[in-house]
Amino acid sequence: MVQIPDELKYTGDHEWAMEEGDLLVIGITDYAQDALGEIVYIELPSEGDEITKGDPFGAVESTKAVSDLYAPVSGDVVEVNEVLLDAPETINGDPYGEGWMIKVRPYDPSELKDLMDFEDYAEYVEKEMEE
Amino acid sequence: MFPIHLQLGARIVEFAGWEMPVQYEGLREEHLAVRRAAGLFDVSHMGEIEISGKEAALFCQRITTNDIHGVKDFQAQYTLLCNHRGGVVDDVILYKLSDENYLFCVNASNTAKDYAWIIGANENFQVEIEDRSGKYSQIALQGPRSEDILSGCLSSDMSSLKRFYFLPFTWNGMEMLIARTGYTGEDGFEIFLPWEGGPLLWTGLMESGRAHGIKPCGLGARDTLRIDMGYSLYGHEINDDINPFEAGLGRYVKMDAGDFIGRDALNKVLAEGVKRRIYGFEMIDRGIPREGYGVFKNGARIGSVTSGTLSPSLEKSIGMGYLTSDVALGDRIQIEIRNTFREARVVNIPFYKKDVN
Repeated sequence: MVQIPDELKYTGDHEWAMEEGDLLVIGITDYAQDALGEIVYIELPSEGDEITKGDPFGAVESTKAVSDLYAPVSGDVVEVNEVLLDAPETINGDPYGEGWMIKVRPYDPSELKDLMDFEDYAEYVEKEMEE
Repeated sequence: MFPIHLQLGARIVEFAGWEMPVQYEGLREEHLAVRRAAGLFDVSHMGEIEISGKEAALFCQRITTNDIHGVKDFQAQYTLLCNHRGGVVDDVILYKLSDENYLFCVNASNTAKDYAWIIGANENFQVEIEDRSGKYSQIALQGPRSEDILSGCLSSDMSSLKRFYFLPFTWNGMEMLIARTGYTGEDGFEIFLPWEGGPLLWTGLMESGRAHGIKPCGLGARDTLRIDMGYSLYGHEINDDINPFEAGLGRYVKMDAGDFIGRDALNKVLAEGVKRRIYGFEMIDRGIPREGYGVFKNGARIGSVTSGTLSPSLEKSIGMGYLTSDVALGDRIQIEIRNTFREARVVNIPFYKKDVN
């Protein structure tokens, strides 16, 4: 069963976002890591980079597919989980914990409202699985 | 064999109309198992086309670029089917049962095309051409422990079967062909057997191989293993518009073997030289080269990537591609990955060399 924690917000591209003080922690969902399979490579932005809502901020490659990562909000990257660069498989093992990707200071915190809550995302995933 | 793969937790993809296991435990573990111990692949999707009749030998020489004259009974040969333009219709393994009976093992995605092409190539030869693909399962056992595992499973010593030879073998009432061939760069066997016998042999080999560290392997590992070796895959490194000299397969073209289809065109290619050729490269910067990515040198586009992967044996990103300009070993080139140019270096194929590792 795919895990979808209650406290997170979600994008239609299967990123999750979690508020941590005035920062936003971003990663990909359990459903995404499962669909991708064994992740072998990741590209992430650097500290100080800007990311723009809806634009790619990095990419993950599994043994099956290459997939862009899309920014849930616009903001400045303040921290990058560099462990993932050498151990991208961490994302498969713990997508919501050790597998977090970047921390961002959002320009406009109200953009969070555009994301899905866990119930909407669960429904969204269910539809995608039926297709 | 589908239910067995599901029991093993396989991820299934559709390939050339077949439901195929792409991976079981994980591509990296499967790849390394084949390099270090053994891996078992269900390759029943591969096509088998049988040529029989009085003029089978003549006809097989007419349609293939390699020289079949020296091929003995129960010997196998890697060879190419080429069209009149010299383009590669398919790369195949030819198994000689006798002067009047040959079996081609062809790429799954090409079976129907090859069959039609071979029939079309038969001007006046006294041969029968049959697509036997529905009759055969094919299981590939690959890796350094393969001989022990197969000998144990069949209770018969396989050590005298030499590379690129095969033998008929009856097991549990099933008539099989056991060939010492493969697509991984390791020692190993490819076994043709009646369709319904696949699960029995699969289970037998898994049991015999358990103590040796055998793992079931999917198409994903099959691909990364062949990329390690720089082996061509139809639809990537070769197709109807690429000739064998461009593909680095010139050693499988024997101009004096006979008047095979495509010879005139290939003679012309030899006289004029090729304008593009397959090269191997490894990444210096981070990133994995993927099919279709552009390759650049000194700011000019010189080709594109045909296959690439992060090799589990080498722990490096490697790739192949057709490059047009004069490129030499060791040259710096750039691969365009997601709108950025990443440094790479031209290296020898095969990427993986057994004795070094």
